[in-house]
Formats: sequence, structure tokens, C-alpha cells
Amino acid sequence: MRPKLLTGNAAAAWGARLARVDYVPAFPITPQTEIIETLGRWIEGAEMPGRMVTLESEHSMITAAGAAASTGVRVFSATSSQGLLYGMEMIYTVAGWRAPFVLVNVSRGLASPITLEPDHNDVLAARDSGFLQIHCATCQEVLDSVIMAYRIAEDPRVRLPVIVNLDGFYLSFTREPVDIPEPDSVADFLPAYDPESTRFRASSPNSQAVAVLGGAPYSYFRYESHLASLNALGVHTEVAEAFAQQFGRRYEAVEAYRCEDAEIIFLMIGSFATKAKAAVDGLRNAGESVGLARPRLLRPLPTDELARILGGKQAVAVIDQNISMGMGGVLHAELASTLYGKANAPPVLTSFIGGLGGRDISPEEFYEIAAITREAVKSGVTPPPRLLYTEQEYREVQKLQAIAHAERYEVGAE
Amino acid sequence: MYRIRFHGRGGQGMKTASRVLGTAFFQQGFQVQDAPRYGAERRGAPIFAYVRASRTAINERGVIRHPDLVAIADDSLVSSPAAGVLQGLGPGTTMLINSHDTPEVWRHRLNLDATILIVPVGEEVTDRADLPFAGMVCAAAAARLVGVIGREALAAAIREELGAHGNALADRNIETALHTYDLMQDHAGAVTEGTEISAENYASPQWIDLPLENAGRAAPSIHAAATSTLLKTGLWRTMRPEIDYTHCNRCWWVCSTFCPDSAIRVNEAGLPEIDYDHCKGCLICVAKCPPHAIEAIPEHLAQAREEKAHAAKTPDR
Repeated sequence: MRPKLLTGNAAAAWGARLARVDYVPAFPITPQTEIIETLGRWIEGAEMPGRMVTLESEHSMITAAGAAASTGVRVFSATSSQGLLYGMEMIYTVAGWRAPFVLVNVSRGLASPITLEPDHNDVLAARDSGFLQIHCATCQEVLDSVIMAYRIAEDPRVRLPVIVNLDGFYLSFTREPVDIPEPDSVADFLPAYDPESTRFRASSPNSQAVAVLGGAPYSYFRYESHLASLNALGVHTEVAEAFAQQFGRRYEAVEAYRCEDAEIIFLMIGSFATKAKAAVDGLRNAGESVGLARPRLLRPLPTDELARILGGKQAVAVIDQNISMGMGGVLHAELASTLYGKANAPPVLTSFIGGLGGRDISPEEFYEIAAITREAVKSGVTPPPRLLYTEQEYREVQKLQAIAHAERYEVGAE
Repeated sequence: MYRIRFHGRGGQGMKTASRVLGTAFFQQGFQVQDAPRYGAERRGAPIFAYVRASRTAINERGVIRHPDLVAIADDSLVSSPAAGVLQGLGPGTTMLINSHDTPEVWRHRLNLDATILIVPVGEEVTDRADLPFAGMVCAAAAARLVGVIGREALAAAIREELGAHGNALADRNIETALHTYDLMQDHAGAVTEGTEISAENYASPQWIDLPLENAGRAAPSIHAAATSTLLKTGLWRTMRPEIDYTHCNRCWWVCSTFCPDSAIRVNEAGLPEIDYDHCKGCLICVAKCPPHAIEAIPEHLAQAREEKAHAAKTPDR
């Protein structure tokens, strides 16, 4: 079939449809709603089987998803930002159940102040939950990753839920050419879910959520989830190979673009990484040896693969589209712990924070990041972390503040 | 790569315009990326959408900063900074605008070093604010301007994008679009692919170290009582409701109660008054007024009348 122009949201819905999901618990939130609207339309029009139920909150939605997955049916759900946070108690809980399903998160910055545009603090809040995380850079990757995610989640060697992440606006509402695989071909790749021991039934009661005291059993269960997550690295490699055989598109745990002979590497996740790719091409045209490493898997983090790709390089410039208050970029810290003590670790690791709340990153800024990082290599002095923020942007904020202050004055607040 | 931005108001079909142009490019074998930016998500509020098209894979993302073509469905948006119509316009840009004014007037007004073209319309269109299928007209003109989209590809793209709404609607849009496409014949191919920003010679971003400021200033608080006094949402209006007081029966509560923006107040004489700084032109009051004393007038005509009245009052300088 010839590729079609699809938004990231439509691609996510196609992934769920082709995975032949049985159950879709749903709750709307911008910029995700188009996914559940699309699935709702298809199910209503009998274009796809399955059942959709609108719950009264994300908390209930994720509970329903975990509970349904525990009965042995294939479950899909989607959320974003504040919704993911509202369901956070159950994110941790259902991962502990070892309930395999796929949750699409459409990244959007967190309140306060509230916004609609993307950064990764929402999905990173679920980082330590036990959910695996796949971060997508294109609409095609969204569709493909949803299908791959079911095979990884349902594998008895893993059996953990998976978040497939796409950026709001930059993917969710952006159309790109997407190849929609044939349903038969997907059925070959992803057979019906064989739940094996996952058979929670009203007629044969068991306990899905035991309480344990004393620490030792708790440590056992938690660490088993950790080991299962780590095990997903090898399973991802197998699944990616099978996917490439079936569909001709290959996804590595870390996408390495023009890295082999590179001296400096940009490191980013998500759709902004394609902008870094364009900048790499621009820099290469100017004779600069720069590449891009994009971890597609964030949990489990492919540390060996990252160490292999980045080993022997002069420097890595980490661009974080998130901020951990009081520390800085989350990826930067993770990369430092990945590389620290490794024999051929790059000596320079620069940190840049950009793209918060959808703030764009221009080609010039990527060029400047490369220049600053090259300078750090030369001088041996790593510059402090930098927020990508221009003088003009600060002036515009000051204008907004002037309005707010005028209002405070007008209402006698100061 | 072609980089094209469409600017208009919610309801004028800017998202559809970008999709039609995107699909038309795609039909011609291009790689494509198209996306809307919804803004306030209200009828009449500024909205824009953009299209990238290239013969090779597109890695660039986000809002187009240096457009090759900017198509503007409503010329009243140019003066609104929030609409961002003029962002990144340079000597290589073509500005296509739906306006009663001439390119010379716009060039003089904006002191702009860009090619300026007026959206061609048939003689039957007397008021451009009411231009039917405004988005489709812009999409068709853009398709002709880039010169790589054929008549058939344009028609097929419209059918693909609008087919779900029925053939009759698609047919009317195709007819309008092809008419515009033909009127743009003299400008076929006038818009060419823009260049890439060089990594050897680029303007350094003027980054600053953001200073720490006291929480009293840095907390995102505004005080509700006066929140919107400086945000003139009346800018979103394309049609203006005007009260004919000779017919107003001073029932005083109908229009002011139904106004969703609380933009109609009743004065001491018991007469309703419309706050045009905040009336968004939804025209619910026009529909609700029992004696039909509220009329809808195109905003640009009302403004021209006001300017004339103001000039008459102002003594010669």
C-alpha cells in the first residue's frame, strides 16, 4: 500500500487497530483526544472489533486497563500530561501486577503554569514505575512502536506494561507519510495474545495485589520487576529483528545517525531529535564531524549500547527536553552514570536544556551547541548547564509581567 | 524544501488549506509535513497552519520561521502581533493576501522587502471579508505559485480531504479552487524552494543566563479581576453586532444575558451597550434580540466608518 499522510495521533490509533486490541478504556485530554476519537469512530462503525469504555478519570482508566490486561485480553489506552499524573498511583500499581498492555502518552508540559505544548517531564514522572518506555521521533515510528510494544509487553520473559511516547503538536497534530502495514502481515508478526498464566477470573478468584510486610518479599517483587525490565533489552533486539524481517523497517534501541566517524555526538530523545538530525547534516556539510544518538528505549535504558556508540568520542552534548528542579537535565544525569568509569568514556559531557513547553530549538542553536562543545574539548573546561533561552524571549516575558503587574496595581494587590 | 504558512481565523479553513496543499504535494511525489497551530481554538481567533514539502525526507519540525510563501486569508490579522503573520518575512518570501488594498499600499504600509500578491477573486465578490471558501482559495493559489502541482493533483487532493463530507461539497470546493488556480496562471512557479541555514555562517543565538528573580515577580500569578482588560479579544471579530437604538425595546436582559463573553452591559438609561474591546463577534445577540434591533456588519466596514468619523473630527495638523 502506498504511504498515507497521517498525524502521530492517527498513527497511534492505527497501531492499536492493527494490534487487534480487545479493550480500550479511555479518558480525553489534549493533545491525545484524537487517538480515542479515532478508535471510538472505528469501533462504533464496526471497522474494528473490540470494546471502548469511557471512564470517569485517568485513575480509573489505568485501573481498568491493568485489570482487563490481567484477565488475558489485549488492552490499549492513551493519555497525556496532567492525565498521566492523575493516574500515577495506578501506573505504579498495575506495573507491579505485571499486567502487560500498551499506553500511549502524548507528551505535554506539566502545570504550573499550565500549557498544551510538549516536553518530557510528564512521561519522565513515570520513569521509575516499571512501565517500559519507547520514545518515538516520527509518525511512522509511533505506529510501528505500538505494534512492537505488544510483543515485548506480552513476552513471558518481560510481562510489563509499555508506554509509547510521542510529542504533542510536533507529532500528535503533524501529518507525515506513514506506511500502514497490511493487517495479515501484522497478524503474522503479532499473533493473538497467549496470556498463559495471566488469567484473572471472577469464577476462580486469586489475589492480584498482595500486601507484604517485612521488606524481604517486597524487595523480591520489586527487584524481579527491575530484572524483567532489563530483560526487555534482549527481547527488544529480537522483536526489532523480526519487525525488520516482516516490514523492512529496523529500529535499534539507540538510533545512531552518522556516529561512526563523529567526534561530537548530540544526544536527545523524541521528535526534536529529527531536528538534531537536520543540524547534523548541516554541520557535516560544513566539515564538522558531528553525529546524533537517540535512545528509543528509555526504560530499560540501553546502557551498554550507549557506551558502545559514545565510547572514544571527544564529547557528548546532551539536550534535555525536561528539567529536574534542583538538579537539571534528567538525561544528562543518566548519561553521566552510564559513562562514568568506562574505559573510553568521552571526557566532555555538556548539558543543554531546551524545548520546555514546546519551545522550539532552531538550527542555529544546534550549531551553537556543537561550537560550545567543541570549545570545551579544546579547553578541557566543561561549561555549566545552559537553558536555551534568548534575550528576546526574556524581553517578551517581561512584557507579560508588566501586564500582570499593572493588573495587580489596578486591583490594589500591591 | 518548500516552506509555506497559512494564516487566517478559526472557521476560515486554514487547517484544511494546509492539508489540501500537503496532499497535493504528496500526490506529486513530494515528502510532506503539514500541521496546524490551533491558538485559542475559537471561531474568529487567529490560527495558522504550515506545510513543508521536499524531494528528500524532512527532518525539520515545528513552526516555519523563514517561509517561502505566506498566504493570509484575512488582512485584518496583519496588524495583530499575536497572529505572527509577518514573522520571518524576507526578500525571498512571497506574501499572498486577501485584501481590498493593492500590493503597493501593503508594501508602503509594511516597508517590506517581499513579493506581495493579492488573492485573485471573481467580480461577484464585493466584500472579501465574506470570501467563500477562503482557505480553499488560498490553497489553490499556493498550489499554482509553487508551480509543481498540476490541476488534477489539486482536484484529487481536495476530493481526498473533503470526500468524507460528500461529493457535492467537494465539487463546490474543487470548482472554486480550480477557478483560483486558473486566475493565478501568470504567477505559476513564482515561489521557489528556500535555502538551508548554513552551519558555517549563521547568526549566533543571543542566549542569556536567566537571572533569579524574587518569587513575587517570578510566580505565574495574575489577578482575575483585571485579567482581560488589556487582552482585547475583540480582535477576533470578523462581524460586528450593532444595536439600532430606535428599535431596541430596552428589555435590557436578553442580549446581555446571552452574551457568552459578558461584553454587553446595560447603562443607567436602561440601554444595552456593547464592549467592542471584548466582543468576539459570535452574533448570538443578533439571533436572540426579540425586536431584531441588532444588526451584523462586516468588521472592516465598521472600522473604515469609524476612521472616517475620527478624521472628520480631527482638525488639520
